[in-house]
Amino acid sequence: MEALALLQDVFDILLGFGLLWLAWLALFSLDLFRSIVSFISFGLLMAIIWVRLDAPDVALAEAAIGAGLTGALFLAAFAKLQPASVNGKGSSINPQKQSSRKQLLRWLPALIMLWIASGLTIAILALPPHATGLTSEVTSNLTASGVSNPVTAVLLNFRGYDTLLEIVVLLLALLAVWSIGSSVPSIESEPGPVLDTLSRLLVPILIMVSAYLLWVGAHAPGGAFQAGAVLGAAGVLLVLSGWKLYPGLEGFPLRLVLTAGSITFVVIAILTMLVSGTFMQFPPAQASILILILEMVATLSIGVTLAALFIGSPPTDIKKL
Amino acid sequence: MNTVFLYALVGIGLFCLGLFALIVQAHLLRKILAINIMGSGVFLILVALARRTEGGIPDPVPHAMVITGIVVAVSATALALVMILKVTESSGQPEFPDEESK
Repeated sequence: MEALALLQDVFDILLGFGLLWLAWLALFSLDLFRSIVSFISFGLLMAIIWVRLDAPDVALAEAAIGAGLTGALFLAAFAKLQPASVNGKGSSINPQKQSSRKQLLRWLPALIMLWIASGLTIAILALPPHATGLTSEVTSNLTASGVSNPVTAVLLNFRGYDTLLEIVVLLLALLAVWSIGSSVPSIESEPGPVLDTLSRLLVPILIMVSAYLLWVGAHAPGGAFQAGAVLGAAGVLLVLSGWKLYPGLEGFPLRLVLTAGSITFVVIAILTMLVSGTFMQFPPAQASILILILEMVATLSIGVTLAALFIGSPPTDIKKL
Repeated sequence: MNTVFLYALVGIGLFCLGLFALIVQAHLLRKILAINIMGSGVFLILVALARRTEGGIPDPVPHAMVITGIVVAVSATALALVMILKVTESSGQPEFPDEESK
């Protein structure tokens, strides 16, 4: 027992330092591509740490979104930035400008950071080593929530408000991305045989994993966000291998799927208000089925929104309207 | 209980490292990376401190908040990256212009 505890401590310390080292590489590595790859590894290490901290739900979300989709977004943006930085004006560092003033400008923030870090450290260490938080409230009301996974219960029942707003934030981000638009065309290349075969094999599996995560979220780690992220990853893979949405689906059907999550959420919230008198208070008897419906629609919306965020520009059909 | 404070301190380290890079680095893509790492630091502190419960079951409320945070972070990142591409298009470089060179 003793040796196992020691081994776990060593593992934790190695993970912690590894994480800080990867963060340093991601932020200060001279090669930008290397930075992004370090950031993706950082996300994977982070997922392991979530498991160490008994947060498997967060680990699933981090592995799918933090490491997967965010990394894909950065790599796509990096590829689109390349032509600009190759054409001369890439780096504007003038050696003469690196004067003592610039040196001071580097040291000053470093000192301020040390000051903030020590202040935060004192604050964290001053916290009591034991705190119950809201665990007892959640566990005592878990039977009324309709699901047995406490995190899903918080996300979709107790703090359903947050989740509703979160889905709206996703939609808003997509609207903003579509409005700003980027005239840099996305790089279209013929997918190689590896990517082609891989996506043919992986996409059905990803869709199944997504459905499994959605279903299992009621009583075990998983849920709408993790399932949506996996679905989004399947979409990204399809886009990368040259797949295009059928032209007939680009207009209204696409927008309906994108907004379905928010709409269903609001409709259910208002219906429950008419029944129970409080906005978004699920009656315990129907909570289970309501949460399942919400999660199914939300998964679809989240997945499609994430894939659309990766593409970055609206389908041509919408642009013409 | 050591694990809790170890990871909370790593979280502080990530936050400050990210904030430092956000100030010092000029390249906009690096600034977005820095903000993402700052966010990860905050998430780490939240989840680490959620594990201070007596019974061994961590507090699920911060976990739910962090999952929400991860999704909001990815949508903000996607928006920021599109804005970087726009800045690069109009100014020719992925940085904000220097004060002196104006």
